[in-house]
Amino acid sequence: MQLLNMKETIKFMSLKKPAAILSVFLIIGSLTSLAINQLNWGLDFTGGTQIEVGYEQTADLEQIRRQLEASDFNDAVVLNFGSSQDVLIRLASREGVKPSELGDAAIKVLKEADSSAEMRGSSYVSSSVGEELTEQGGLAMLVALICILIYVALRFEWRFALGSVAALTHDVIITLGLFSVLGLEFDLTVLAAVLAVIGYSLNDTIVVCDRIRENFRKVRKGEPEDIINISLTQTLNRTIITSLTTILVLLALFFVGGATIHGFATALLFGVVIGTYSSIYVASLVALTLGISKEDLMPTEIEKEGADQEPMV
Amino acid sequence: LEERKEFFVLNQTPLWKYFLVVFVIGICALYATPNLYGEDHAVQISAGKNVVLDAAVVEKVTAELAAADISSKSILLENDQILIRLKDSDTQLVAREKIDKALGDDYIVAMNLAPDTPDWLESLGGTPMKLGLDLRGGVHFLMEVDMKSALSKTLQDMAGDFKTALRDEGIRYRTVKQLDDGVEIYFRDQETLDKAEFFLKNRNRDLVFVERTGLVIFANMSDQKLAETRDYAVKQNITIIRNRVTQLGVSDPTVQKQGPDRIVVQLPGIQDTAKAKEILNATATLEYREVDLEHDVRDAINGRVPAGSELLPYDKGGPQLLKKKVIVAGSSIIDANSGVDQYGMPKVSISLDSKGGAKMLNFTKRAVGKPMAVVFIEFKTTGERDEDDKLIFEEDRRVISVANINGVFSNAFETTGLDSPQEAYDLALLLRAGALIAPIQIIEERTVGPSLGQENIDLGTKAIIYGFIAVLIFMLIYYKKFGFVANIALTLNLVMIIGIMSMFPAAALTLPGMAGIVLTVGMAVDANVLIFERIREELKDGRSPQQAIHHGYDSAFSTILDANITTFLVGLILFAVGTGPIKGFSITLMIGIITSMFTAIILTRVIVNAWWGGKRLTKLSI
Repeated sequence: MQLLNMKETIKFMSLKKPAAILSVFLIIGSLTSLAINQLNWGLDFTGGTQIEVGYEQTADLEQIRRQLEASDFNDAVVLNFGSSQDVLIRLASREGVKPSELGDAAIKVLKEADSSAEMRGSSYVSSSVGEELTEQGGLAMLVALICILIYVALRFEWRFALGSVAALTHDVIITLGLFSVLGLEFDLTVLAAVLAVIGYSLNDTIVVCDRIRENFRKVRKGEPEDIINISLTQTLNRTIITSLTTILVLLALFFVGGATIHGFATALLFGVVIGTYSSIYVASLVALTLGISKEDLMPTEIEKEGADQEPMV
Repeated sequence: LEERKEFFVLNQTPLWKYFLVVFVIGICALYATPNLYGEDHAVQISAGKNVVLDAAVVEKVTAELAAADISSKSILLENDQILIRLKDSDTQLVAREKIDKALGDDYIVAMNLAPDTPDWLESLGGTPMKLGLDLRGGVHFLMEVDMKSALSKTLQDMAGDFKTALRDEGIRYRTVKQLDDGVEIYFRDQETLDKAEFFLKNRNRDLVFVERTGLVIFANMSDQKLAETRDYAVKQNITIIRNRVTQLGVSDPTVQKQGPDRIVVQLPGIQDTAKAKEILNATATLEYREVDLEHDVRDAINGRVPAGSELLPYDKGGPQLLKKKVIVAGSSIIDANSGVDQYGMPKVSISLDSKGGAKMLNFTKRAVGKPMAVVFIEFKTTGERDEDDKLIFEEDRRVISVANINGVFSNAFETTGLDSPQEAYDLALLLRAGALIAPIQIIEERTVGPSLGQENIDLGTKAIIYGFIAVLIFMLIYYKKFGFVANIALTLNLVMIIGIMSMFPAAALTLPGMAGIVLTVGMAVDANVLIFERIREELKDGRSPQQAIHHGYDSAFSTILDANITTFLVGLILFAVGTGPIKGFSITLMIGIITSMFTAIILTRVIVNAWWGGKRLTKLSI
């Protein structure tokens, strides 16, 4: 069985202008949304108190709100979480109560009103910890990108390195943009997912770059654009199948993984799609625009690893 | 001609490689097996300082459980611990309460999850994967030590100490001022200032003195002393928290320093988080008191306690009659360290702040030869609650040391005549615990109820199984027999991840960690997809099946290596920079990358070689 049986080389690069326009459009759109709507930062980053309460029957959110207000818990945000019986409550700080004891106090109120209310989880994060996490998260992303830039530049060539990093930045910005446009909550697990998107997209990009390098050395004739087309065609099957298997498991996470992991699965699902696109268009397009040529990739200094070694098996 | 020659030597696996593969997978599979046996809800009893665990205790516990109509799976006395396995978490809760009440304060009764691993596996060091708090349920606290007040207190002591020292030396100063970052001493003339500077510099080598304009000396702690003070404030808090956590009856709690001024406390499996917080926040303190020698202790024991005195229990001997008036309170203690004196006997050296020193001097002047006692005051929960649903704490006061005053002293003295170095160590620890110099504050708290933890495990497992089966089916349909080989690799990959996670107790499995495993399952087939697509290409180019397999594996190798190294880099960065859920995710991601490289490249090659290698083939099932 073969997904795509390509006799001809697909002229990917003939679509380079529309692709470039699409990418630029998506990036500007994402940045605009990030500037205007910003991200819906989760508790991990903003700090605050949040509790999860489980009921035996379907929870009446309106009633819960009233119960809380009656006990001076103003401005509490009450939402369903995962199922109709589970409720997530974000509490605003209250005078005279230590923030770390706010959750316990609220649970007590709810338990008095309905004895089936069960505390399933609670979190309190001080604002200073939240700020640190935001800094750390941003730092993690930057460090990851710089390390990748250096590694790819050493192993391949600086044009590919810039291409890969451009592709990764592209993926990160657009994934963040999606979260901003849809107003999905951005918590620590989503941050982990965005960083995993970097890993995944990079994986894809490296495979494509590797093939481009190989073909530059192997194929005697042809413009750089043709060689990139050939390489993309050759790797297309692999790109699609790997994306497919990854998407399969992510769908499993998305549908059965539970509410806690929902944001994680959403970010990765979207990131895998965007990452697949960017490994085809963004990375190679940037390398091409920067003027990658046969001479840059001839194995004078950069030896292809493994070629001169004993085979693995 | 060359191709013909190659045909016979291609795709053979050397014998050692078979052994290597079988060995590596065998070890991983062996260490993965404990996860199949599950865990029992258990109650664990260990002995306090003054008691021993023996058959009598076991009998008592057995009788207590029988009386309460609680059936246990087993009661075992082993390694100075009694482990009682029970059938579920409800009975565990009741059983712990009953046993705790029956045995009293001398025993530590904790709830525990005891792995049901068979003995032979346990003797090989096999244990199930450690579960993170989000899967097991429990509380995670991040506490911050209030360094500002710790440093401020140290500066306050410094200022007081300067005043006393200069006065004693007969050096006249105008005033001593405590600033946010140091202490300023004002003088009337340059000569006195020089004299004072010389004197103080010699006396306090861990401080830095700078002359400022306007006849002022500015004193500050040296960087080393500053670091020591900070470190000390954190360590002291850790000691106190550890002591209190034992009270909670939690098995394997974590109390750890994180960063310069933070403490992580993890209490797995705890049900009542409000109680945990109240106990952790309770304060302990201590007092130096004069022993009442004017009245008879025996009279007091018989109920005739004189006014102005009270009877307090003493761990090492009968109750002591002490005067109620406090000589020096615990807040005056700066430091207490255990050591040995010039005769090699254990001792505890204590230093007080200037205020406490002055009081001690006043007292010892008239009390040489008389005994002095240390009272330790701790707030312990009774386990009951008042009408506001707050835990009732009772003040638990006991004498921890009685010693004769051998001479007049003020802010530095020693307690000797201790029985053992261990006793000296314990006393120093208690003295420090009662002298909390830096308050702590909870800055992050995460609680996961036991029901949510179990639900997370179920959901995570379900997601892994569904995703796994979906990928297996896809690969089988798409790559046929080679897909089958990839599926064997994928299955063993999962076994290896679990085995390795079980081998390293530091790698706790979390929900994001489970997500990482799912993602690894999806991405692990990538290496095989790369190889198989290459083989198909080679076949299309007209190579023979054996050559196609050989070249397919060869040329895909460097690509796979590059792609995986870069992803591994990302995992490493996540691990280094991330906290909590991100760390859990990065651990499984990195382990998954290594195991999938092994299974997808080496293992599948061995199977492919055994299956097709050396045979005359006209086509491949790929």
